[in-house]
Amino acid sequence: MAAPTPRAGVRKRMSAASRATGLHHARRGWRELPSRLRTAIPLVGLLALAATYPLFVESLPHDVFLIQEFPSVSTGVIMMIFTMMAVGLNIVIGYSGLLDLGYVAFYAVGAYTAGWLASGQFQQVRFHLGSVGISGEAQGIHLNIFLVLLCAGMLTALAGIVIGLPTLRLRGDYLAIVTLGFGEIIPQFVRNADDLGGFDLTHGTFGISPIDSPGFGESLNSAVGLPTSFNQSFDKVNLFYWTAIGLLIITIFCSVRLRDSRLGRAWIAIREDETAAAAMGVPLMRTKTWAYAIGAFFGGVAGAYFGAVNSGAFPSQFSFNISVFLTCMVILGGMGSVWGVVVAGAILAWLNQEGLANIGTWLNNNTPVDFEVAKYQYGIYGIIIVLMMIFRPVGLIPEGRRRREIQEGSGETTRYGVSHQ
Amino acid sequence: MGLILVWLVRNLVHDPSDFFSVALIGLTTGAVYALVALGYTLVYGILQLINFAHGDLVALMGLVSSSVVIDAFGLTLGDGTFVIAGGLIVGLLAVVAAGAMMNASIEFLAYRRVRSQSRLTMLISAVGMSFIVQNVSLALYGVDYQPSPTVIPDRAAFTIGDVSYSWSKLLIVVITIPVLVGLTWLVTSTRQGKAMRATAQDQDAAAMMGINVNRTISFTFALAGGLAGAGGLLYLLQFNMRFDSGFQIGLFAFTAAVLGGIGNLTGAVLGALLIGFIQAFNEGLTIWAPGTDWTRSLIFAILIAILVFRPEGLLGERTPEGG
Repeated sequence: MAAPTPRAGVRKRMSAASRATGLHHARRGWRELPSRLRTAIPLVGLLALAATYPLFVESLPHDVFLIQEFPSVSTGVIMMIFTMMAVGLNIVIGYSGLLDLGYVAFYAVGAYTAGWLASGQFQQVRFHLGSVGISGEAQGIHLNIFLVLLCAGMLTALAGIVIGLPTLRLRGDYLAIVTLGFGEIIPQFVRNADDLGGFDLTHGTFGISPIDSPGFGESLNSAVGLPTSFNQSFDKVNLFYWTAIGLLIITIFCSVRLRDSRLGRAWIAIREDETAAAAMGVPLMRTKTWAYAIGAFFGGVAGAYFGAVNSGAFPSQFSFNISVFLTCMVILGGMGSVWGVVVAGAILAWLNQEGLANIGTWLNNNTPVDFEVAKYQYGIYGIIIVLMMIFRPVGLIPEGRRRREIQEGSGETTRYGVSHQ
Repeated sequence: MGLILVWLVRNLVHDPSDFFSVALIGLTTGAVYALVALGYTLVYGILQLINFAHGDLVALMGLVSSSVVIDAFGLTLGDGTFVIAGGLIVGLLAVVAAGAMMNASIEFLAYRRVRSQSRLTMLISAVGMSFIVQNVSLALYGVDYQPSPTVIPDRAAFTIGDVSYSWSKLLIVVITIPVLVGLTWLVTSTRQGKAMRATAQDQDAAAMMGINVNRTISFTFALAGGLAGAGGLLYLLQFNMRFDSGFQIGLFAFTAAVLGGIGNLTGAVLGALLIGFIQAFNEGLTIWAPGTDWTRSLIFAILIAILVFRPEGLLGERTPEGG
């Protein structure tokens, strides 16, 4: 490899060549911004767009090419929730390289925790803590949903540890099968646990419903104007939407910060080479268990919030398909790449919710094709997965580290932008 | 272990004839699982790949055989014994051929090109393939259950005391045994089998010895696919099937393969019989049995317990990377 030329020198030469036009000028100005600002500006723009989306979605054109409608706000809520789960799963699959095919189990635990801690499920007791929108006399455990989210996250993390401890020693493909097993056992358990020695834990196939509405209560409402109870509010959907954005941002933030932490680097070391990582003093079991617990935490929070949005937790929601669907998001986005996963998660969740149906209708109306797209959605995901594995296993937006690996691997070009002379 | 024995004995004493009937059902189901489990174990043996699509292939083949046996041949109970037997044999051959071709194409399309990459890549590809195969079944046969054809008389083949064993069930066991013997012979005593074992051990070295690795792997997949075809037809003779039946069949059979020691042919059959018995006892016995609702959880709990405590399975050998 040629001796590295200092970067500044390269930049000076390049800028000298491209001083001519205003466009180049702007581009140079952009490049000379501090790198933090360069990431921050598009992010803030995107965030502003997402946050104000409910305000202008009505005025967007209908009857659009191919997709017919832009996603509705309620679809937006579901997109956010699934993206959140995908970002959580990305910690397990993407950062640590542990293929988890039973992530739906964490979603189930989260949703049912919401059911247990914020509904009339346990008629035997009466416990209220910051509950909103229901009578203080109502039986059952009623915690404020925001507290419930935290509890659900922690309980799910605990479930992740319990599942992880016996299984994380296993080799990759066995781990996949065992997690799949847990992903099947937990939904079957909640389906059947309506009579555990006479005790109704999950209300069987009927599920737990209704789950209390999120909200901030009277005092916060009068003090800073936060909504008392979402379900009793006029713009209910928007409130759910904004809360979902908030949760997603927290998830992404934690995920990015974790990746660059000591723990995150240990995860990536394990993913790249377990033996080498162990030789460098990375405690394998503890690090993997943390990946599981933290990944599960976000799955649990997302599940609990989904429970609150649906106002219920039903056993039929938790199928193996959901696990594969989430895995598909991580693969499509690029394993380990947070932004890739966010984009892929949003797109796939939208496709699942309304996109495929819309595209199918559009195709049937405007082309000679007659094909029920929505019916074969999982077949379509299957094709996506296989094609991605064959042609672009790094995903649409690969993680920076992977991208560099590929470029390094491609031969003679060096990382410093100098040609061999 | 002791508790399970006590439980079995308690049921045996309570109603012996019922107990044995249930055990025979277990034997039959186990025999079908054995055919499917062999397919998993063959593929795992050569590529270390859990072929997720295998269960769905079984379901597809079962559905195909429903149209072959019922629609194309129009077999009914009233036909003569030879007509039924002949029809079934031709149907079996057709389905085996179809399964073999299908599985070989699956390997060619979805696994061959990712073989050089990490094992997880291939596994994920297999998960994707599983959904594709499932949707092919969905597209061809819709969401309705295809009924199990009643072509084999439910007459008892033999009766001991109150326990009777019908022809339809006996047939399955009768088909499974020669398949297993033939397969063992093929893998241990033929040139092709030697090539398979060599490829399983070290693909590069096998290639250097003049073995066509791609063809050997294709052959293995075709073999597994043929077994899936036979498994599908025999499963259909017992139960109704629809496009997503393959998920459960596949997972039970895979558990069986792991239970017996994955990569080990005899182990797969042993494991499959055990799983068949467990399922039948759980669903059929009356005293203290958890019941159908819990079958899947039970099987998975067994799978997890084996993988955690004895990942090499009942008959497998402990390998350095097995743990």
